[in-house]
Amino acid sequence: MSRQRQEGCPVSAPPKLRIATVSLAGCFGCHMSLLDIDEHVFDLLQRVELDRSPLTDLKHCGPCDIGLVEGGVCNSENVHVLREFRAQCKTLVALGACAINGGLPAQRNHLDVGRCLSAVFQSRPGMDTAEVPDDPELPLPLDKVHPIHEVVRVDYFLPGCPPSGEAIWQFLSDLLAGRTPRVAYPILHFD
Amino acid sequence: MSRPEFLLDGVAVPFDEGQMILEAGRAAGRYIPHLCWHPDFPPHGSCKLCVVKVAGRHVSACATPARAGAEVESDTPEINAERRMLLQLLFVEGNHFCPACEKSGQCQLQAMAYDLEMTTPRFRHFYPDRPVDASHPEVLLDFNRCIYCELCVRASREQDGKSVFALTGRGIHKHLAVNAESGRLADTDFSADDKAAHICPVGVILKKRVGFAVPIGERTYDRAPLHTVAMPKSEDDA
Repeated sequence: MSRQRQEGCPVSAPPKLRIATVSLAGCFGCHMSLLDIDEHVFDLLQRVELDRSPLTDLKHCGPCDIGLVEGGVCNSENVHVLREFRAQCKTLVALGACAINGGLPAQRNHLDVGRCLSAVFQSRPGMDTAEVPDDPELPLPLDKVHPIHEVVRVDYFLPGCPPSGEAIWQFLSDLLAGRTPRVAYPILHFD
Repeated sequence: MSRPEFLLDGVAVPFDEGQMILEAGRAAGRYIPHLCWHPDFPPHGSCKLCVVKVAGRHVSACATPARAGAEVESDTPEINAERRMLLQLLFVEGNHFCPACEKSGQCQLQAMAYDLEMTTPRFRHFYPDRPVDASHPEVLLDFNRCIYCELCVRASREQDGKSVFALTGRGIHKHLAVNAESGRLADTDFSADDKAAHICPVGVILKKRVGFAVPIGERTYDRAPLHTVAMPKSEDDA
């Protein structure tokens, strides 16, 4: 980004789109899959600037054209970050199974969250005196894991656990070119 | 000599008197989506995926007899959108976490979603909580993936003669149950060789200790889409 500001945009070049990415209750696997576009990363960076992302140092999401959200919503901080993304991004994309239906983390939904925490932090062998962390700095978990569309409006869904690099590149290429992305066989997978 | 015909998406399909639209279509090589219909059993009519439009009305192709001269719409944006919504309802009713399901890639519900380009379940999730039944030595039951097609119920009752399964409860509380006083599969005469053990279109009835045996890329619906796999094999293939 800073490089572009220093050198200035060539007159003929179209303005770059801004993309933000985030992992909520994700495993960063969708971001790894994003990097699996390999040398297309260079093509991508010709056409976009990255805003807030695990790949940049920006702390908050500014006005963006596209937001890619990985992971479901499992705690209060996820809710705040997701709302910020929705407020700032013209197009919000649910990336991967977790953002779409809660994913495997949502398998905790049939358990009581308090008992989950005490099972892990209090009653594990060797942690007899430990307690459930209660510093206000830590975000409280929600009682259930939710898909992101249950919290904010979502424009596009790209399924997969994770979506393949090929799928992500095809999807982003469509979006960047102004086409409605079509997620069809063979890039459509839920697993 | 000439058989009566109806039009399926504008193509003439011959049929025998009394034959249902779905069956006549299949016999003529025209696929109509379906989940609860099975060639070995009478129509069930619960999944509604075979919905088609005849004379302005939406009907189940599996249970509607073909009529000469009828104009049937199946593969249209309107009908496929209705099917996609039905699929989305099925997905939010259960816990369909495909990434950890042993049936992924071999599951008719999932393959149907691929066929109809369903990218999201869209509705609010129910996240049902029905305990797994792992009591049987050979077979595991995960009730949270059931789509109530009743194929296992019908197969166990009509072909195995055991009546191991039943649907019970009403409305959203309807669920698959095991027909034993204890409710446990181990307390029935169910066997992994039963027809009912192999007929589940989704990941409810699973054989133990054989999970994830087929490499990704070689699973049923990796190789061919559902609308191809679900069609009867031609005699050349046999």
